[in-house]
Amino acid sequence: MKILVPVKRVVDYNVKVRVKPDQSGVDIANVKMSMNPFCEIAVEEAVRLKEKGLASEIVAVSAGVAQCQETLRNAMAIGADRGILIESDAELQPLAVAKLLKAVVEREQPRLVILGKQAIDDDANQTGQMLAALLGWGQATFASKVELTADTVTVTREVDGGLETVALKLPAIVTTDLRLNEPRYATLPNIMKAKKKPLDTVKPADLGVDVTPRLTTLKVEEPPKRQGGVKVPDVATLIEKLKNEAKVI
Amino acid sequence: MSCLVIAEHDHATLKAATLNVIAAAAAIGGDIHVLVAGHNASAAAAAAAQVHGVGKVLLADGAAHGHLLPENAAAQVVAVAAAYNHILAPATAYGKGVAPRVAALLDRAQISDIIRVVDADTFVRPIYAGNAYATVKSSDSVKVLTVRGTAFAPAATTGGSAAVENVGAVADSGVASFVSAEITKSERPELTAAKIIVSGGRGLGSGEKYREVLTPLADKLNAALGASRAAVDAGYVANDFQVGQTGKIVAPELYIAVGISGAIQHLAGMKDSKVIVAINKDPDAPIFGVADYGLVADLFEAVPELTAKL
Ligand SMILES: Cc1cc2nc3c(=O)[nH]c(=O)nc-3n(C[C@H](O)[C@H](O)[C@H](O)COP(=O)(O)OP(=O)(O)OC[C@H]3O[C@@H](n4cnc5c(N)ncnc54)[C@H](O)[C@@H]3O)c2cc1C
Repeated sequence: MKILVPVKRVVDYNVKVRVKPDQSGVDIANVKMSMNPFCEIAVEEAVRLKEKGLASEIVAVSAGVAQCQETLRNAMAIGADRGILIESDAELQPLAVAKLLKAVVEREQPRLVILGKQAIDDDANQTGQMLAALLGWGQATFASKVELTADTVTVTREVDGGLETVALKLPAIVTTDLRLNEPRYATLPNIMKAKKKPLDTVKPADLGVDVTPRLTTLKVEEPPKRQGGVKVPDVATLIEKLKNEAKVI
Repeated sequence: MSCLVIAEHDHATLKAATLNVIAAAAAIGGDIHVLVAGHNASAAAAAAAQVHGVGKVLLADGAAHGHLLPENAAAQVVAVAAAYNHILAPATAYGKGVAPRVAALLDRAQISDIIRVVDADTFVRPIYAGNAYATVKSSDSVKVLTVRGTAFAPAATTGGSAAVENVGAVADSGVASFVSAEITKSERPELTAAKIIVSGGRGLGSGEKYREVLTPLADKLNAALGASRAAVDAGYVANDFQVGQTGKIVAPELYIAVGISGAIQHLAGMKDSKVIVAINKDPDAPIFGVADYGLVADLFEAVPELTAKL
């Protein structure tokens, strides 16, 4: 069975972003970019399913600027077999990405699509669910365990009250949460091998998708700064402050 | 103009997050209708009808909603959506499952996790783990929104007297089914609704130590217990304890961070707390940058002392 894994290029999670002085956005010039951590977990899960003999081919797909090729090479170094770049310099919002992915799904006919639950740049948490809706497929978001058979996927999900397990008919959508797996480090030989794996490029227009944004960002601001407070010398002072100054206990 | 609020409930009662969403709908203005999609859920619908500001409750009662599966819930929302300009859901595990499906089925964008209503088309939302706030305007005729609960004070649970209208429940999608749930049982206040949270990180060292050190303090303060990702990953506590960018967003009166370094992903989930206390042995830990009261100490001595002296 073929598995499709969409991957997003984002500002690395260790970078503390800065808002541009003109409030037009955050400054991402010259900052480190990486694969979204949740997408990495998605690639790793697909690779593990393949290693167990449950999947035959893993196709990684990324939508965005030409540099997303690096993200795809990274996915291939973890173990994806080939890559598809949907190249566009336009701002791609989740609904547009879901439509692009739907078009790729129709071409590639995967039985399972594994995505990250959210991207750590826009924190939207939408694309997987939107793709599932557009395809009329079942969705299992926030996965912490995935069990695959020929025609179902059983997924344990991290929900607000604990864990929930659902079974989906294939084809289906799974989105990953942090506890699903710990992605491996790509080894040097695998990074070299990844460079030779096939990578196709298509344009949104080739897929017949209108990616015009529906949302306009009017401004991006610094959040209100929290004033750091004081250090207290001992437990007694802490209790005194909480009682008499903050009045919270 | 009218808003449809997708209620989160357990068939018998409304989840607290629904009240924050109703408050956000009130900030947009116009009629507020609440959809309760459930099974034998007339009690939840009756509770929604009592909420201040609610004009009408739509009850879609059917077996397809027995396990609140998003495939069926989204189809239900779409079945009644035509009358509304705004469709709102809580930014909880439930709401995050349903709302984007609704948006895609309606071919509308979604604005996630709104923290402020500027006007009927314009909303503020955090991006980059809360390190920036974006003001976003939608050009869609229908706005699909999820609401960050901590940003809107809950609507009052009484004062309303809305009519409950039955709407036909959708059939089961046939593509997904519920298998089982393992819900954490706790006598404590719910994390996202608690006035006081005692939260533990990797500094606790083990699940046993987490419980031994933090439980008595939480008991004394009638607090909820939370954790950093590191503590959850290491198995000290269950996943539903995680506070942060990719866990729960909380804003209690008092947040006590114990053995937590204060990574940006953690701060994203708790920096709107009214008062923050940090107990950490590293004087340079970033958590002290947001803490109102910092205590540089070994938590294994400081926390039991704190518990004893309270
Ligand atoms: C995609 C992604 C999403 C993430 N989402 C989240 C999230 O939602 N929530 C979250 O919390 N994290 C999240 N993280 C992880 C985050 O980056 C940090 O790794 C994590 O928050 C660290 O947890 P910690 O503070 O418990 O551990 P550490 O950073 O290891 O800190 C432990 C602290 O305990 C202190 N300590 C140790 N022993 C003692 C003692 N005896 N007495 C007092 N103090 C002591 C140390 O000084 C240290 O400051 C995410 C990371 C990624 C990549």
